[in-house]
Amino acid sequence: MNVNKKMTNKSDYLVKLENAGIYKSSKWLVRGVSLEVSKGQIVTLIGPNGSGKTTTAKMVLNILRSDEGSVKSNTNRVAYVPQKVNVDWTLPLRVFDFMKITGDISKLEMIENLKLTGVEDLIYADLKNLSGGEFQRVLIARAIAKKPELLVLDEPVQGVDFNGEIALYNLIKSISDSLNCGILLISHDIHFVMSSTDHVICLNGHICCSGSPSSVAKNPAYIDLFGEHTASTLSLYKHHHDHSHGTDGRIEK
Amino acid sequence: MFDDFFVRALVAGIGVAIVTGPLGCFVIWRRLAYFGDTLSHSALLGVTLAFSFSINISLSVFFVSGIIALLLLSLQKRTKLPGDALLGLLAHSSIAVGLVLIGFLTFIRFDIMGLLFGDILSVTINDIFIIWCGGSLILIILYYIWSSLFAATVNYDLAAAEGMNPDRSNIIFTLLLAGVIAISIKMIGVLLITGLLLIPPALARNLSNNPTQMVFLSILGGVASVVLGLFSSLEFNTASGPTIIVVALVLFILSMLAPNLDSKLKK
Repeated sequence: MNVNKKMTNKSDYLVKLENAGIYKSSKWLVRGVSLEVSKGQIVTLIGPNGSGKTTTAKMVLNILRSDEGSVKSNTNRVAYVPQKVNVDWTLPLRVFDFMKITGDISKLEMIENLKLTGVEDLIYADLKNLSGGEFQRVLIARAIAKKPELLVLDEPVQGVDFNGEIALYNLIKSISDSLNCGILLISHDIHFVMSSTDHVICLNGHICCSGSPSSVAKNPAYIDLFGEHTASTLSLYKHHHDHSHGTDGRIEK
Repeated sequence: MFDDFFVRALVAGIGVAIVTGPLGCFVIWRRLAYFGDTLSHSALLGVTLAFSFSINISLSVFFVSGIIALLLLSLQKRTKLPGDALLGLLAHSSIAVGLVLIGFLTFIRFDIMGLLFGDILSVTINDIFIIWCGGSLILIILYYIWSSLFAATVNYDLAAAEGMNPDRSNIIFTLLLAGVIAISIKMIGVLLITGLLLIPPALARNLSNNPTQMVFLSILGGVASVVLGLFSSLEFNTASGPTIIVVALVLFILSMLAPNLDSKLKK
């Protein structure tokens, strides 16, 4: 169950963690994490609060050095959508300036990418005047505009309205196809996770279980962690894809 | 033309203001106001050492401030004390050690007022040379680390993840800050240098809506403070260092009174 996902060549991975862990304040925040992200693949991390999802993402991004195990990276074209970005209000920063902070892009490209997330009108808006959802959209647009090989998204749709959430998840899915980039996603949206990701890793300080979405959903460790309710939502969801129902409830092929 | 003490003071002061402008912006953005204070207080120790071993003041201030800065960076990682406590610890211990050492140096006549408040009117050609050469060097280095430092200022994680090497530019910036204090200490003095580092960017913040604008306005504000301050100090026969800061303060108040300018400057 712990073995990694669909077949790829050894050299194919963009980033690979082997038994990696972070030790801080005399405890392991996360330990024994092995995972791989390859081109065109969406890998999702799920898990309860404090289970080490963000810490794992930071190891993948080399923001935190792992205290054991190894982290290997095959790309330097990386883009990141952090969980939290607090821009100090003493810094006068417009969306226009923010889009360019880790690499120069043309105004045309900038508008194009802001359009994808529906915030092109805010290009000259002050960053501190944006709502939470608008800021998330800007963050995603900025990351996509970098045309990364590896895109790491830490709860990218937090604070986004319901319709926007679906649209942004569709965008993320289409980005992974059009840019052929690898995506590591931290998400609570179980429907997206189950329908659109290639590999799910269920984290709780260590990897509880991992594999294809359907195999994880059946895993007792997963049910244990998320409870019967989510598990049944999932099986319902899977159901939905297996077959459809007639008006009288009969199963149709 | 450098024969006139007033012209020398002007040239030196303008040089310092051009360098403190951009660095001061980062000091504000990164909330390092007390860090600037700590570095400048430790400069007192640097000056004392310069007198003891008769070496160049700027050089010894740079070394002492630089060491204090690096010490702080490593202490932050090692102790459980918060940043402001560490800053206070370093600032007051270095100023105390400096003052005690001055006590031992009875063989030198020591103008402690000049040290604390600067003596812009005793600037020599040599000082001008140090300010302009050192200042150019600081600005050139800042230019090269600008994008990395700026990204790290906005968000450390983002900068680290996307290969901007924020740790390196943080250390370099800290040393540049020590450098700017070293070249301007003789002019402005230990107590007021943070004022010149902070007030022009603060007034620029009131008037700007993007970082580039803020940097240029703070250079402008700094130069204006120095020029107007020096002329006023000549006119009213006041101490030049404090007069410069008072002028900066007046400009700051004026910038607060112009809220409409903000929207006019937009776009």
